[in-house]
Amino acid sequence: MRLLPPKYTQAIAVTLLGGATLFTLAVLLFIIGFVLDKGLPAVGLSFLFSNPQDMGRAGGIFPTVIGTLLLPLLAIAIALPLGVGTAVYLTEYTRESRVTAVIRFGTDCLAGIPSIIFGLFGFIFFVTMLKMGWSLLSGGLTLAIMILPTIIRTTEEAIKAVPNAYREVSFSLGATRWETVRKVVLPNALPGIVTGVMLGIGRCIGETAAVIFTAGSSLRLPNTPFDSVRTMAVHFYILAREGISNDNAYGTAAVLIIAVLTVNLIAYWLMHRFIAKRSR
Amino acid sequence: MPSPQPILSVRHLNGFYGQTQALRQLSLDIPANRVIGIIGPAGSGKTTFLRTLNRLNDLVPGYRVEGRVLLNGADIYHPGQDAVALRKRVGMVFALPMPLPMSIYDNIVYGPRLDGVRDRARLDALVESTLQAAFLWDEVKDRLHTSGLRLSGGQQQRLCLARTLAMAPDVVLLDEPCSGLDPISTARIEDALTALKARYTIILVTNNTKQAARVADDTAFFLMGELVEYSDTRQLFTVPRDSRTNDYVTGRFG
Repeated sequence: MRLLPPKYTQAIAVTLLGGATLFTLAVLLFIIGFVLDKGLPAVGLSFLFSNPQDMGRAGGIFPTVIGTLLLPLLAIAIALPLGVGTAVYLTEYTRESRVTAVIRFGTDCLAGIPSIIFGLFGFIFFVTMLKMGWSLLSGGLTLAIMILPTIIRTTEEAIKAVPNAYREVSFSLGATRWETVRKVVLPNALPGIVTGVMLGIGRCIGETAAVIFTAGSSLRLPNTPFDSVRTMAVHFYILAREGISNDNAYGTAAVLIIAVLTVNLIAYWLMHRFIAKRSR
Repeated sequence: MPSPQPILSVRHLNGFYGQTQALRQLSLDIPANRVIGIIGPAGSGKTTFLRTLNRLNDLVPGYRVEGRVLLNGADIYHPGQDAVALRKRVGMVFALPMPLPMSIYDNIVYGPRLDGVRDRARLDALVESTLQAAFLWDEVKDRLHTSGLRLSGGQQQRLCLARTLAMAPDVVLLDEPCSGLDPISTARIEDALTALKARYTIILVTNNTKQAARVADDTAFFLMGELVEYSDTRQLFTVPRDSRTNDYVTGRFG
């Protein structure tokens, strides 16, 4: 026997599902609103483009803007070819076997490791053993390793979603495996790959623990890849934790949020333009 | 008239998917510049046979062949034979229209570009001539740079035919090319095939026995991986030698 007539269960389901969505949205908007409300008054062109003074108590955040640009960029530049290459190899050049299952399990485990562990590894391996010191390079390499599993897995899923019939057509037209990958598989997997890259950039931009361990927290502008840098996230963390300046901390957070939103918007715009161009 | 020297000679060909045998002791000669129809019920090995001729089944894990397939006298399964080079000489049109998600133009020059053809004028000429040959030119000449996916099913299949012709193959394999098409689109494809045999050898797998009767010069009847009968189309349909052929073409099973 039914407890309730279907039209009531339907109404309850809609209310609960809609409520969950509304709650999620409200939390998100509250966080963004709160940070922008507290932070935006401090933000201006001079805040963005001038050097900090007195440990960040006064002045701007220019070196941390540069750090936030360079570090994720370097990490992506290293992780993207490695990750996409691995994903292509695993999906296109190997048959499913115990070995690929183990590799896949390994990447999934790596994706779940807390970033501080990567930071510790980067500190021991790059900073100390390879004597790179606290530097852009150490940080970039560490973050690259950190986001590699995400990029591999999202790229793999994107490649698997490309219809097999496209590959057969390409082969039937006399293409090699590599030509098929380059001309058919990768272009069709691009939206998925971009998603992976965006997730990776997001993680890099927001990372603090692994960055402090490997890239340091110097407030000077880096001249070479061997100089230490401070990212906005680290700057925010230090300003807030040491109680240096709450205003500048929120200002930094506001810039950070706007930056992440902008990066995402640009990526989606580029992706849609790419897709539209191919199906016009 | 069949030419004296067959372009394709199949000798004692067996095909296996793992332990399952899909092709059994096939032996037949395919003369050049003719349309060869292959008919038979589902699961009779027609498609497997086609995909063996261009070695596309090399990509299927666990598939292996025994016997010989000679293209112009050379065994395509010889260890020194390059499958990629072979597929440029033996083109294929699939059952479902399958344009790549790119423009009509880019679809057609996909093969030639792989061969390094970059000259714009040459590619343009190729696009026009192959679309003419596939009876599609008049319908798409003003929108060559729109996506191939925007065409109707029948147009897409003719695009696929033009794309295959652009590689200038010796043999064109068609795997039930009209299975999803309406009668008018089907007629256009059939007209194109009839016109094309002057320049190509065409092997047409079809579920539609009437289509074989209309288009094919010679017809082969497959059943459970075996070649039951292979002869002149009119003879196969009017006075079949094998009772199973007779049952199939008269619609008693299949």
